[in-house]
Amino acid sequence: MIEPFLIRAIIAGIGVAIITGAIGCFVVWRKMAYFGDSLAHSALLGVALGLVLGISTNLGTMIICSVFAILLIWLQQKKVLATDTLLGILAHAALSIGMVTLSLMERSVDLHSYLFGDILAVTNHEIYLIIFGGLTVLIFLFFNWSSFVLTTINEKLAKSEGLNTMFNQLLIMLLMTIVVAVSFRIVGLLLITSMLIIPAATARQIVNSPEAMAVTSSILGIFAVMLGIYISLYFDTPSGPSIVVASVVIFVSTLFLSSFRKN
Amino acid sequence: MSSLIQAKDLEVNRQGKYILQNVSLSVGKKDFITIIGPNGAGKSILLECLMGTFMPDKGEIDKKNNLSIGYIPQNFNPDNSMPISVKRFLMLRKNFTPKELKSVSEETNISDVLSKNLSNLSGGELQRVLLARSLLGNPELLILDEPAQNLDIKNQLNFYNLLNQIYQTRNISILMVSHDLHMVMASTKQVICLFHHICCSGEPQTVAKDPEFISLFGNDMAKMMSVYQHTHDHSHNEKLND
Repeated sequence: MIEPFLIRAIIAGIGVAIITGAIGCFVVWRKMAYFGDSLAHSALLGVALGLVLGISTNLGTMIICSVFAILLIWLQQKKVLATDTLLGILAHAALSIGMVTLSLMERSVDLHSYLFGDILAVTNHEIYLIIFGGLTVLIFLFFNWSSFVLTTINEKLAKSEGLNTMFNQLLIMLLMTIVVAVSFRIVGLLLITSMLIIPAATARQIVNSPEAMAVTSSILGIFAVMLGIYISLYFDTPSGPSIVVASVVIFVSTLFLSSFRKN
Repeated sequence: MSSLIQAKDLEVNRQGKYILQNVSLSVGKKDFITIIGPNGAGKSILLECLMGTFMPDKGEIDKKNNLSIGYIPQNFNPDNSMPISVKRFLMLRKNFTPKELKSVSEETNISDVLSKNLSNLSGGELQRVLLARSLLGNPELLILDEPAQNLDIKNQLNFYNLLNQIYQTRNISILMVSHDLHMVMASTKQVICLFHHICCSGEPQTVAKDPEFISLFGNDMAKMMSVYQHTHDHSHNEKLND
């Protein structure tokens, strides 16, 4: 008999692995790892906002992350500072304001579970959010796939063929905010970027088309989550880091195997 | 309207500095226009204005209805992080038939590299793939932004020969930014020398003698142009191989 909490963990894990795997390819292709990291940091302010206003922390996260993305694009247009500098300022401002707000709150908050995730404590409500948010992301990705890929390969070429590249970029960023907002409870804010980039980077070693990379990345993510849950359960280790360890193991062995095969 | 694109008094300024000023030009059927000018002269922006991907601050652009344009951007550098075959990359362009893909591949001599990864191509192969992609959909106008910039001399020559062949065999107009004027002397009909405004324009040999051209590029460039003109008036049958 499988415990209900384990079933919930597995469903949530598979859902998160599928969407982080797919959108993670764009993070790798567009070199947005630092953006993902910053987005996740700013999510802590979203958590604080959610708790203060008494709304869901996922909704709070989504609001703050969207504001973050739009603010970043606006500041980028002004070309005052380099993007990584802007990201650093925005991310750490949001992280620190979030921390300060949380510490001022009367009831105690389990900060640890926000930072490192707790897949074994996932609720039904969170599963619905993952399914709903995940389907939204997948539908948008599916219908905009070619435009997204061309915009990623070369913006000017995409523009010359009538694509609205600015809108595409904004859409990719907003999809990322949804992914971060629905999945940060699983691996935690500090480790969400690893779910975005490690499976995608692993998939890159073994495929030869963008579509195959997205699908493979999702599948590898599912493996990592399963392995991570297993490790977490049987060795009583924190679940988020266990999942990341599992995906790193998969990454390293793939790297080893593919370089072995080439020689 | 007999011309494909007509631009009148284009003006682009950024922070009080003119990038383009009073630029008017027209591209007609079967034209071959080469735009030259120093770095930062506003050449790429001008092309983008004409394509409609950049809004000028002032000026009018008239385009023939449903004008189909093929474009090669400057400094196209595919990233190795995305695995994508040449064929898939070509397929990302819309509105063409599989038959056309085959004939264009043969025309640009890229049939052998269709299954290769886009980021594993040699410089010459990559530029031919971009040229092939711009030709899909049978465009009336090619807009090329320094298409042979990163090639060595041999590949530059091959590329321009191929371009010339395409110009000869298709009913197509070409508007190109290029510094390799000596290579296109034989085919280009009109040269526009741009430095924020149009300094001079006309047939290559006339432009080479223009005082504004000489002050912008120096006597050596002008001499080189007139030298190359004679040697390049004929013989465009070099075989493509790289």
